[in-house]
Amino acid sequence: MVVDELAEHEVDRVFRALADATRRDILRRTLRDGESVSSLAGHFAMSFAAVQKHVAVLERAALVTKERRGREQVVHAHAPTIRRVADVLDAYEQLWIERAHGIASILESEKGDRT
Amino acid sequence: MTVVSTTKDEAELTLTMVAEYDASPERLWQLWEDPRELERWWGPPTYPATFTRHDFFVGGESRYHMTGPTGDTARGWWRIDAIDRPCRLDFANGLAGEDGEPVPGMEPMSCHVTFEAAGGRTVMTAVTRFVDTAQMEKMLAMGMEEGMSLAIGQIAALLRSAAT
Repeated sequence: MVVDELAEHEVDRVFRALADATRRDILRRTLRDGESVSSLAGHFAMSFAAVQKHVAVLERAALVTKERRGREQVVHAHAPTIRRVADVLDAYEQLWIERAHGIASILESEKGDRT
Repeated sequence: MTVVSTTKDEAELTLTMVAEYDASPERLWQLWEDPRELERWWGPPTYPATFTRHDFFVGGESRYHMTGPTGDTARGWWRIDAIDRPCRLDFANGLAGEDGEPVPGMEPMSCHVTFEAAGGRTVMTAVTRFVDTAQMEKMLAMGMEEGMSLAIGQIAALLRSAAT
């Protein structure tokens, strides 16, 4: 696995893009399946144009990609950036599961001592 | 099963683990407070931890290293932000460099742990919050250098194969 670090200005873009609740929500909605801009606009109390602007900010930060499907623009969370986030979460998930089991075996061994 | 659930939120950059134990909150608290007990479980089995400092009070710091099968080490630190014995513990957990001290410019994760008594048992919830994707990138990059993510990856693979 090769980890290519994002350049400093790209990091700033990612950070700024994620600083907004609407954009985080758009990202969450497009993580598994893509969703069209018009469908996304239906979730928020704001204009289609405003949602489009949020999508553009996410796009510049390489967090989403847009794909034209007929007359619609479908937004997908961009795999490489999201993937690395998922990698870190996965690694720490496994680490915490191991810790939880470690605690369990310490407590189990004490029960063994008492009986 | 000990691990009740884990929840990953890729947008909020948080990981939540909830585990339930047949023990009192006080007993679980000791496992965090006493460095000799803590090092029995903090590191993965292949990377046991050694705490060389563990100042268990608000503002207190810890230093630890985890030693891998080939003698390689991964270093880290804690800074305790809040303590409400035996219910709640908040601390910052960061990666440390060769000298064992926090890596400059590398922000820590924040960990919020709660212990809730429930009918003679205790529910322990540990929430790990990452600052931003840039921090996660740096952690991955550093993890590669330290051979740590490789170790974690191997463990993850072993666990997955064991589960199937």
